[in-house]
Amino acid sequence: MDLVNLGIRSIFIDNMIFAYFLGMCSFLAISKKVKTAFGLGMAVVFVLGVTVPLNWIIQEYVLNPGALTWVSSDFASIDLGFLQFIVFISVIAAVVQLTEMAVEKFSPALYGSLGIFLPLIAVNCAILGGALFMVGKNPPFSFAQSVVYGVGSGFGWMLAIVALAGVREKMKYSNVPGPLKGLGITFILVGLMSLGFLSFLGFSL
Amino acid sequence: MSTEVAEVVEKKSEPLFSKKNRKLITNPLDIDNPVTVQVLGICSALAVTTQMKPAMVMAIALTVVTASSNFIISIMRNSIPSRIRIIVQLAVVSLWVIMVDQVLKAYVYDIWKQLSVFIGLIITNCIVMGRLEAYAMGNKPGPSFLDGIGNGLGYGLILMIVAFFRELLGGGSIFGFKVFEAMGLDYKGNGLMLLPAGACVIVGVVIWVQRSINGYRETH
Repeated sequence: MDLVNLGIRSIFIDNMIFAYFLGMCSFLAISKKVKTAFGLGMAVVFVLGVTVPLNWIIQEYVLNPGALTWVSSDFASIDLGFLQFIVFISVIAAVVQLTEMAVEKFSPALYGSLGIFLPLIAVNCAILGGALFMVGKNPPFSFAQSVVYGVGSGFGWMLAIVALAGVREKMKYSNVPGPLKGLGITFILVGLMSLGFLSFLGFSL
Repeated sequence: MSTEVAEVVEKKSEPLFSKKNRKLITNPLDIDNPVTVQVLGICSALAVTTQMKPAMVMAIALTVVTASSNFIISIMRNSIPSRIRIIVQLAVVSLWVIMVDQVLKAYVYDIWKQLSVFIGLIITNCIVMGRLEAYAMGNKPGPSFLDGIGNGLGYGLILMIVAFFRELLGGGSIFGFKVFEAMGLDYKGNGLMLLPAGACVIVGVVIWVQRSINGYRETH
């Protein structure tokens, strides 16, 4: 039950886009068509779902103060916390590269539609942000919680980008003032949508 | 490493502040602004701008990281295999971010605490990666360094504008100084401005004003 609550919370209340503004660059750049937005969204769900638990393992068994005691009791005083950024981003870049190769080999059709987005995901702030938020949680997450959190945040991100793409497809036919066209009106739209998502704060979980 | 640096100094035959190089710094401030025109680095532009002080620290940190990683990547640009270039770029960027993070933690601990994960997220800030890909991979170290500074300043400019309105309207203060109280007015503060939604709308309006002035239009 606890895990279900966490899942709902990470999709709606702590939505990556509307509550924290993570992954805004690709969110704004690739939300012109619902179909491509959905493809990118699925890729983000997958990468977040894999990298957050993976980074949890690394944090727990390598980076935490005294985490290396499972190797030898001499390492009890070692704190590798300052390496966090570089280790996390390497894990993410490696997972993205592996995913790209695997998709290319086993499903060329999916690769054709996702091809360009996959390498982009490595530099999507939502992925690194998910890992860093996961580490900052108090009380610390268990492994199962980190899996649910990763997948949930991914779905929240996908929900947001598909919703915005839907609105932007319709926006093409509206009469927007010239200077506000494109990026300007999109920002105001995102603001209004995030205002809507605030109402989920009222849920008591 | 030292021989590479020596080469760079030799190659830089044109004056550092020639007209072309000055453009590298002034263009990103307006017609080529990283936030409002190139649509890069939005995440942190919205997230750290509730107050002006953290926004300024963030802008300085990003300028340092962009300029120095542009410089390093530009030195190495001919020896990076293109298939693994993203990983190499990320490694260089995260090196600089770790250094900035440690410096901020040591000297301005309060603000470091406030910025929390967003210092780390400079690694994946699209401005850094975007400039590395678009400029440093194809240009000499000197201009690349200036390009990094220019884009950092352009980002900082938007950050300060957004933070100014958010802090003034949301909390009634500028740099922590209570403006309305000093003028003897009773201002409660508009909570909407402190929410993510307010930031989005302000950026939208900034883009509107900027494009009305410089005449830039998007075509579908």
